[in-house]
Order: sequence, then C-alpha cells, then structure tokens
Amino acid sequence: MAEAATQEHAQPGTPQHALAGGGEIPPGQVAGDTFPKLLAEHVRLRGDRTAIREKAFGIWQSWTWRQVQAEVTEMAAGLAVFGLQRGDKLAIVGDNRPQLYWTFAAVQSLGGIAVPVYQDAIASEMAFVLDHADARFAVVENQEQVDKLLAIMDRLPKLERIFYSDPRGLRHYEQPFLLSLERLKEEGRAFLANHPGHVETEAAAGRGSDIAVFCYTSGTTGNPKGVMLSHDNLIRSARLSAAFDGLSDKDEILAYLPMAWVGDHYFSYGQAFVTGFVVNCPESSDTVMTDLKELGPTYFFAPPRIFETILTQVMIRMEDAGWIKRRLFNYFLNVARRAGLAILEGRPVPPADRLLYWLGELLIYGPLKNTLGFSRIRVAYTAGEAIGPDIFDFFRSLGVNLKQLYGQTESTVYICLQTNDDVKADTVGPPAPGVEIRITEAGEVIYRSPGVFVGYYKNDEATRSTKTEDGWVHTGDAGIFTKDGHLKIIDRAKDVGRLNGGSLFAPKYIENKLKFFPYISEAVAFGHGRDFVACFINIDLNAVGNWAERRNLAYASYTDLAGKPEVYELIRGNIEQVNADLAADPALAGSQVRRFLILHKELDADDGELTRTRKVRRGTIAERYAKLIDALYDGSRSVEIEARVSFEDGRTGLIRADLRIEDAKVFETMRKAG
Amino acid sequence: MSAKRRPPGEVLLKVENISLSFGGVRALSDISFEIRRHEVFSIIGPNGAGKSSMLNCINGFYHPQGGSITYKGRTRRQMRPHEVASQGIARTFQNIALFRGMSTLDNIMTGRSLKMRAGLLAQAIRFGPALKEELEHREFCERIIDFLEIESIRKVPVGRLPYGLQKRVELGRALAAEPELLLLDEPMAGMNLEEKRDMCRFILDVNDEFGTTICMIEHDMGVVMDISDRVVVLDYGRKIGEGQPEEVRSNQAVIDAYLGVQH
Repeated sequence: MAEAATQEHAQPGTPQHALAGGGEIPPGQVAGDTFPKLLAEHVRLRGDRTAIREKAFGIWQSWTWRQVQAEVTEMAAGLAVFGLQRGDKLAIVGDNRPQLYWTFAAVQSLGGIAVPVYQDAIASEMAFVLDHADARFAVVENQEQVDKLLAIMDRLPKLERIFYSDPRGLRHYEQPFLLSLERLKEEGRAFLANHPGHVETEAAAGRGSDIAVFCYTSGTTGNPKGVMLSHDNLIRSARLSAAFDGLSDKDEILAYLPMAWVGDHYFSYGQAFVTGFVVNCPESSDTVMTDLKELGPTYFFAPPRIFETILTQVMIRMEDAGWIKRRLFNYFLNVARRAGLAILEGRPVPPADRLLYWLGELLIYGPLKNTLGFSRIRVAYTAGEAIGPDIFDFFRSLGVNLKQLYGQTESTVYICLQTNDDVKADTVGPPAPGVEIRITEAGEVIYRSPGVFVGYYKNDEATRSTKTEDGWVHTGDAGIFTKDGHLKIIDRAKDVGRLNGGSLFAPKYIENKLKFFPYISEAVAFGHGRDFVACFINIDLNAVGNWAERRNLAYASYTDLAGKPEVYELIRGNIEQVNADLAADPALAGSQVRRFLILHKELDADDGELTRTRKVRRGTIAERYAKLIDALYDGSRSVEIEARVSFEDGRTGLIRADLRIEDAKVFETMRKAG
Repeated sequence: MSAKRRPPGEVLLKVENISLSFGGVRALSDISFEIRRHEVFSIIGPNGAGKSSMLNCINGFYHPQGGSITYKGRTRRQMRPHEVASQGIARTFQNIALFRGMSTLDNIMTGRSLKMRAGLLAQAIRFGPALKEELEHREFCERIIDFLEIESIRKVPVGRLPYGLQKRVELGRALAAEPELLLLDEPMAGMNLEEKRDMCRFILDVNDEFGTTICMIEHDMGVVMDISDRVVVLDYGRKIGEGQPEEVRSNQAVIDAYLGVQH
C-alpha cells in the first residue's frame, strides 16, 4: 500500500498508479486506489457515457461521468468552504438518490469519511450512530429526515450543519445550520472560482489505506458497531468480485436496497466505480417492481424474501389465469424443472427436452422474465439467510443465473461466491479468489481477505475479540465444508451445540430445512446435550387444511387437524426427506431427527413463544413445554398437555390435548440423498 | 414541524347575501362571507346545513335567487361551471367523480383540458404543436404526481385503487387546472386516521407551495380546527358563526347547533 502511495502524488488520475492498492487491474476496470481517483479515470475514459440514472417525473434522467464529476467537485468545494477536514465524518441519510451517492465521492475527495445511516431508523437509533460517529455534517434527502435530525439536534453537539437535497416543505425552516444542497454547491462554485484545482489536489493526496466509510452493523444485541472500511477494502474486493463475474461498463444495476447497508454500498458504489456500470435509482421505494421491469438490469441482488414474494405473486396470478394459460404454464414449468438447471449449467440434456425448453422460453419463460424485469440478467445474487431450494431452483430453471454469496460488513461483503457452473441451493460456494477460510475447533467460520475491515470505530475491545493479530476475522457463524469444497453455513455459532455422541447439532439448519416444506410452518429442534435430535412441528393450517380437504379428511380445528394420524404420516414423510439430506453430509448425519410431535397450537408471538419478527424463543419454549420435551426423550408414545392460550381480545383459556409422539426413519451416513 | 405560513392577502372571493331555494325549501338564506388569498377556509355545519349547496353556488353549478358572488373583483349573478373553471376555481367532490376505467395519469391529464389549445384532430394524431403541448402538460401532471407521491399508481386504473388514494387522485386532477381557489368537498370522508393525516399534509403543502387558496367542507372537527385559518358555520341554511377556529369553538350558537340545545 505504502509503496504505491508515493507514486500517486506524482501522477494523480493517470493509469500509472494503477497498481496502487496491490494486485493487477483486471481487464476492463479502471485504475485508482481511491474513489475520487476512479471517478477521474472514468471521466477520462468514458466521460460522455451514462454513469447513473434516476427515474423522476416518469422519465429515466441520466448523468454522464463528466456531469457526475462536476457535481461531486462542486459539493466537495462547498464542504471545504464549510470546513470539512481530512478525517471528518459526514452522515448520509436517505433513499437511493444520485445526489447522495455523489456525496460519498465529494466527502472522500477531501479525505473525509462518509457514514451512511439507515433512512428508516427511528430518531433515537439515528442519534446513537451520528453521535458515536462524531459526525460534523449530515446530508439528507428530504423534510422527513430533516425533521428527524432536528428532533435529536440537542443530543448531537458535534453536528454542525445539515444539508438537504429535496427542498419541498422546508422553505420556512429558519435554522441557520440548515442549508440546501443547491446552496452548498453555490458556495462551492464561488470557492472554485478563486481556488481552481483545490478539490483535485486534495483528491490526489488521498491514499488507498484511508478510511472511506463507516458502515454500522445492525446489532441484534447491544448498540450498533461502526465498521471502518478503507478505500482498499472496498476497491480490492470490488475488483476481485467484478472480475469473477465479468462485470463491465455494459452492465446495469438497480440500486434499491438501503444505502447504509454494506451490500448496497459495495454493489452500487464500489463495483460501479471499479467497472463503470450504470447505477439506476428507482423513482420511489413503492415503484421498485415497476422500475425493475422497465429497466431490465443485467446484474441484480435481492434478499431471499424478495425472490419468495415474486414467486408467490407469479403463482397467485397464474391461479387466476384462464385454463389454457394455466395448463401451458404448468406444463412448461415441468419441462423447466426437468431440463432448465442442466441447460443453465451447460450439462447434457436429451434433444427432445432441449427442444421443449426452447419452445417454453418462447411461450412462457421469456414473457414471464420480461414481466419481472429479469430478461437481461446475467448475474443475480441472493444472500442474508437461507433460501428455499424450490424458490432458488425455480428462478434458475427459468434461465436466471441466480447464485448465492456469503459475506458480512466486516469483510466488505466479499467471502464466498458461487461460480456459474457449480451452484447449489444449500451452500454459499467456495472461498472467493483471494479469500482464505478456516473452520475453528468450535465449528466457527473464520476468514482472511482483502476486504477485512480496519476496525470498529472507538471500540478496540470489540475489534480485538473479532479480528486476530494476523488478520483472521471471526464471523460468529458456524459452518462446514462440503466434499466439493463449498462452504455451508449452518447456524449462528453460539446456537450450535453437541449431541452426547459428539456430533454437531445446528438447530436452525435443521429447522430451516423442515420449514422449506409448505406443510410445516414452524419447527423447533432439540438435541444439545441429548442422545439424538427430536423436534416440535407446527403445521401450516392453510396448506395442510387444503391437503386434508382434497382427501376428504374432515377436521374441526387446528388442534384436531394436527392430531390426525394422516397428518403425522405426511409430516413424517417430510422429516424423513430432511433426514436423507442430512445423511448425505458426514458432519450433520448425526443430527437426523429421530422423534417428533406436532404441537396442538401454533407458536405465537402473543404467547411469547416467538419474537415479533417470528424467530423462535428457545428459552421460553423449553420452559413452557418441558413436559413435552421429556416425553420426546423418555420413549413415551403420547403425552397429555394442558396449555394456556391468550385470545386476541385479552381473555385466556385452557387447551387440553393428548399429543402423539412418533418416530422417523434415519439413514446411514454417507448414503446419497434419495 | 409547523412551518410559518404565507400571510393572508386581499379578498379573493366575496359572498354577499346569497339565498337559494329549491321550490319551497330554503337551502341558503342570506349568507355572506369573504375568503382571502392564501387562506385555508372551512365551511362546517351539521348535516343538511347547506354546505355543499354553498360550494355549488361558488362554482356556478347552482344559481342563487338572491345575492352576489364577487371573485377577483368581478361580481356575478350567474356563471356556468366551465366559465368558473377557466377563471381559476377547481373542486373535488364528496363522492369521488373520476373516470374509473382510466389510469391515474390520464385522470389527472383531464384536469388540463381547459389549458389545451390544439384542435381535436391535431391532438388525436399528436401532430406538430399538439405534440409539444402534450409533452408540456404531461410534465406538469408528472410534477403533481411527484408532489402527491402517487408515482407507484401512475398507470393503474383508478377503479382498482383504494378509496384514500382515489381521493388523492381527485385532488391531483383539481390541481392540474392550476387553480387559484380550490374547493374541497369533504376531502377526508371515509378515511382512516393515517389517510387523513396524509391528506391534511397535502392540503397544507398545496396551500404553502403554490399559494392556493383553499375552501373546504369537512366534518372532522379535529382536522378543521387544526388546519383552517378561518371557519364559517352554517345551520339550516343560515350562518351562525364565523371566525378563527378558537372563536368558533367557544361560540355558544355553534355548540348548540352541534350538540343540540337543552330545554
């Protein structure tokens, strides 16, 4: 890093300092070790090509790289007027807007640090982050954010000025520290008239090792932590991953995920500045799906929940379609299921299926992808949580190159990427180029990569406990490597236990696998410190109810349905499928589910059994249902239960039931899943 | 954040001694009030008090038998609705009057029809000046769509929208006519709390951004008292009170009209 820095001073903005930050520049990417330098390179190479678009007033408005640089320079000069010094922090709050993306580059031009903040954070969370980050300035989108900041101003003695992008509704605000971005740029223009070249000189003094952003982690426990990422972290990881997927300036991306999330920063800023692809900002958060369809991006990221919603919508709308369309859809969906994955991954396919798939593309898949805005996708990623294999394979079988990645804020996203020809629904792929991964004795995933964060801001203790001296970072995730070298994330490390036999027990992994079946709405697995794994099941009343009706199986209530022997048979089938899956993996084969029962009531947040975000509260359940858990392990065939339920109107009542406990078949280790 | 508002200006609309009857029914008798420029003015009163009739007189739909209406210095006895509209008065209706099969955008575009100069044929084939004109009008409507935050329903047929959004589209259509005086007939009727809050914000924003004078009929007293500069109270076709919200609130005649008089 240091050796390159001297060279930059001499020749800013020229390809000579290309190797700054180490490593070669992959073909098609521009040189530079900081974002302002990358920006200057783009202006030199493709100044008149579109850099960013925003849909406004019903039209996609675009800005070229040259225009972007002009905006960034004026904003930077304005910030210089208001006294932004090297190392100063500036908070950025709002939806994905070009002006806000430019703010990052403007701050970094002066050697400042940008701190994106979640735009939907409540005032007190925002106050914590702005105060902790020592933000002197804030650039916000609109009145909503201004109001939020004004409400917490008295708790932020270090915050000096707020700049806003959209003046609507703010005309009568008279706070002297509140100014529009237009005003900031005006000041900047006046300053530039007297100090031409000031911003360029400042930008040239920046180094790759400078901190570029603080990304605050959401922090499920305790306060959020400010992850310091350097230009090197972002640019090197972005270079490697962009080269991995062959991203170029011909690609298009829709920037719709929160700007404060490291992923959006990495895709819509990091990779965009490295490759020069076009970033598109939607009109508003409500129009994302329409904008997606109009735009047809070539590179796309969405969390599993979005793919799930899209699939559900497609299925619901097909239910309402005429029978010819429905028949066609179902027929070709079967063809896709049979041949789609193989065609996408370049494996051999019988000629008849290939022909049918081609016909399906013409009649069904093509128009469907067009409606969803997926026609042009070359690379799509999902990450964050487990994605159901059915959902994953649905999109892949239509020819959408959907893959998984694994990353976290501390790694600048970049840890594992799936390759185009080797994609699996239940792994996150092999370590990405330049990343080393190890699994500790305790089963925790640790890694070392060019994206490893500099440290947590003002929290050395946390930094020390997360990052070792020689750069290994603890993820807090438990994982295993599959035979073919893919990493499989199974649970949070702290939730992983051991069976008495010594084999690994990852409750969430098993529960997720069970919940992927439509008939199972919730599952709770037990096994830590026990001889084998057993579980509670909640059936999905809609799905199982429907299934029962089709079989003329009458039932009176959830409790009644849950106790039917036929339903037990159905669920047993699901569990045994999961067992077969687990058996295929030597590390997990020991945690096959041997006994199970179907609960007489749905686990409910009102009863304190789930959190409001529908996560299982293991402690509460273990306590409340201790008798049931004992019965699972003492060999009884049934157990009597009395449970208190809270009704919506506040009354409470008692439910009495006799619950059956049944066994499930387990499979030999190493046997391939049937 | 309550923002400082524009100060009220000169009298924009003056209603003098208006009387209106339908056969033997006296809907309005001898009503007088003034609305000043940039004001948010509310007409309230129990059911059947004559509020909608008053609004219909202002926009020329009803022709009062007695009295006069002076708008922007011009006194008139009778004027037809389209003449009123071209003078800069727009309105919304109690029971939404949109084209249900048309999209939000098209509905708002209809609000521009009085501003269109090109002939029917030229518009139909989008020829020459007509094309340029249509683009200008489209841009204006897009600004309204942005203002009312209804981008996501731009192309959705209005009939498929929930009630609260239809009300917003109707407001958009009225705004498309660039009115100086905007008549709103029960803009919050049938809305839930959140929709009401949004609507209040839009009404105040319209008033603030464009300086549009607002004359509104509304039953929700909380809303009326919160956002109005002045209020006039009607009961059985007579004016029983007028003034700032606090004055009206403590006016005994008004309290009696709303709560009934104890005997």
